[in-house]
Amino acid sequence: MRDGMGRIQHVLLIGGTSDIGRAIVASLRPSEGTVLAGRDPDALRTAASGLASAGLPNVTTCPFVAGDGRANEESLTQALQGRDVDVVIVAVGELGDQRLIEAEPSEGSRLATSTYVGGLEGSLIGSRLLASQGHGTLVVLSSVAALRPRRSNFVYGSAKAGLDFLARGLRDALRGTGVDVVLVRPGFVHSRMTEGLPAAPLAITPSAVGAQVARILARRAGGRRAAGSVVYAPPALRYVMAVLRALPGPVFRRLPL
Amino acid sequence: MTGSAPAGGSATHAGDTRMVTGWGRCTRSVAHMVQVTSVEDVSHAVTNAGVRGVVARGAGRSYGDASQNGGGSLLDLSALNQARLSSDGALVTVGAGLRLDDLMRWLLPQGLMVPVSPGTGRVTIGGMIAADVHGKNHHVDGSFGSHVASLDLIDGRGEQRRLNPEQPEFWATVGGMGLTGVITSVAFRPLRVETAYAVVNVERFARLQALMDAMREQDRRRRYTVAWLDNVGTGGPVGRGILATGDNAAIGDLDPSRMGDPLRLSQDRALTAPRTVPSGLLNRASVGTFNAAWFAWEGRPRTGEIQHLTRFFHPLDRVERWNHIYGRKGFIQYQFVVPDNAGSVVEEVLAALHRAGAPSFLTVLKRFGEGNPGPLSFPMPGWTLALDLPVAGSGLKDVLPALDRMVVEAGGRFYLAKDAHASPSSFAKGYPRLDEWRRCRDTLDPERRFVSDLARRLELVPPG
Repeated sequence: MRDGMGRIQHVLLIGGTSDIGRAIVASLRPSEGTVLAGRDPDALRTAASGLASAGLPNVTTCPFVAGDGRANEESLTQALQGRDVDVVIVAVGELGDQRLIEAEPSEGSRLATSTYVGGLEGSLIGSRLLASQGHGTLVVLSSVAALRPRRSNFVYGSAKAGLDFLARGLRDALRGTGVDVVLVRPGFVHSRMTEGLPAAPLAITPSAVGAQVARILARRAGGRRAAGSVVYAPPALRYVMAVLRALPGPVFRRLPL
Repeated sequence: MTGSAPAGGSATHAGDTRMVTGWGRCTRSVAHMVQVTSVEDVSHAVTNAGVRGVVARGAGRSYGDASQNGGGSLLDLSALNQARLSSDGALVTVGAGLRLDDLMRWLLPQGLMVPVSPGTGRVTIGGMIAADVHGKNHHVDGSFGSHVASLDLIDGRGEQRRLNPEQPEFWATVGGMGLTGVITSVAFRPLRVETAYAVVNVERFARLQALMDAMREQDRRRRYTVAWLDNVGTGGPVGRGILATGDNAAIGDLDPSRMGDPLRLSQDRALTAPRTVPSGLLNRASVGTFNAAWFAWEGRPRTGEIQHLTRFFHPLDRVERWNHIYGRKGFIQYQFVVPDNAGSVVEEVLAALHRAGAPSFLTVLKRFGEGNPGPLSFPMPGWTLALDLPVAGSGLKDVLPALDRMVVEAGGRFYLAKDAHASPSSFAKGYPRLDEWRRCRDTLDPERRFVSDLARRLELVPPG
């Protein structure tokens, strides 16, 4: 339960090893506990000890494997031990290798499972948990890649576009339940996922995304929901993307994106 | 989602689903409101509570999340508002949903008064027990729970129990924030009064230390004492203060025009605050201006002034909906008590808030006498300070954890009826008998049906 100052007690991060997800948790600084959910137990343990050494109390882990919806729901419910969760962050998925996917379609279905199906399960389970307790915030990590197909990553973009669409639908479906949905669309973020790729303009770090999301959540803590349920990171991308989406195809295709 | 809010608020339950906040409007969650009209209704609502449980919500005057229950049920007992007086006039029995101001309008013409009143009459009697409220006479008369002869409680099995002060369950309920069951009826011993008035003295002080010395002194002489502090004025962080002391007026104290009708009800009409106020309106300058005006008018020194009891006890009720002036982010009422020997914490807290630039609209200082046997009852001998702190646009977030530490390290504690900020550990440190209370609570409600957002946030009722 968030207190009167908007201080957050418990956070659930689905996609517990995500650089951006962990940076958001670190910025939110939950005062009582954090649950990291994910596929790889060793990587989760490393992530948990990283957050614990940053001073966060009671960081625990639990399994979450994209595609096994029922087991995931049980696992997350059990990990929360009957406590309310104030913020659920959905940060699952992978960028994939566009060229490899085009050569090997089964790689594409693997990416779609981890990014879209995992995101969908996380968002649906998270919103159910939050709606049943009558309060809380669901943070869904989409991407600017979801807004217009680009030659270099449109398979990843298609999975994120599905998740983006889902989150916007949930936002409307959850009206009146006390649950707030915040959709985050980062641009190029320097992280494990983009390692080795040339940085795009307006590239930022995970901790910058984390700080920005924490600021938005603090602003939205009290009363009427102010503007900001769709967050671009960095904020300038909102305008860049508006222009890019409006460009005619022949012009857009010539851009080095 | 068994038994919890259906998304979109379809009416599968009796009652309605809506967003509920505390009086401070800084915490919120969605719950079902269930109107009950009889004790049987209460019992039915309790035995049919879903996984998110149930708690009674009185007038919604607790400042934080005590009368919220996200995803669960909230019982509205306003229909349980009967009152009767025993034939010898020694015992008043009232329904828990009765409001104090309505009760006072019924009692005063009969020459009776509630023995303890908080700063507002817009509370229910059930809420007064659940919070074990105190008033300006705590140093003499203790808190409200000390004047209760018996109370009726619907426990976690939906069964009615009559509790009296001989039983630990009684004291777990007094100050128990509704978490031991639903109080349906209360029998208390009223105070006999000759008139509906108080004789009031007001003194002004330039320094906090002098004010606190005067409070110790006046507590030995007067039944009612309370001080207001100006935490914003130019006289330094802890400069001005006014001390109001009083006693119930005897007929001989009244001027001849009032003698004919000494138990007349107050004719004061309340003003109403505007509903929409931008967050941050209450900045340093406006709070400073308000405090200056308040000190100039209410703080003018005088002796022997005759004030109606309603006005004397319930100064806040002169403006309806005053909680809206803090804007949409609301405000925190920060109230703590520290032992007598730690009175310096009062000054330290005021100084820290002043340094942080966090203005306080109304700051009330009061001395407590002995506490009662309630394990969660707030009062203990010492100093209690209550500050109204707007959430928006202040440096509050950074300074509150430091204040929490000062209070806890001094052996102090926080008031659950006001709390919207303590942590499970800072709360527990102030209440060493918390586990004893939990055990007693579990005997009344083994299936843990009674729960609130406050109970979850502070882990009063352990999760699971």
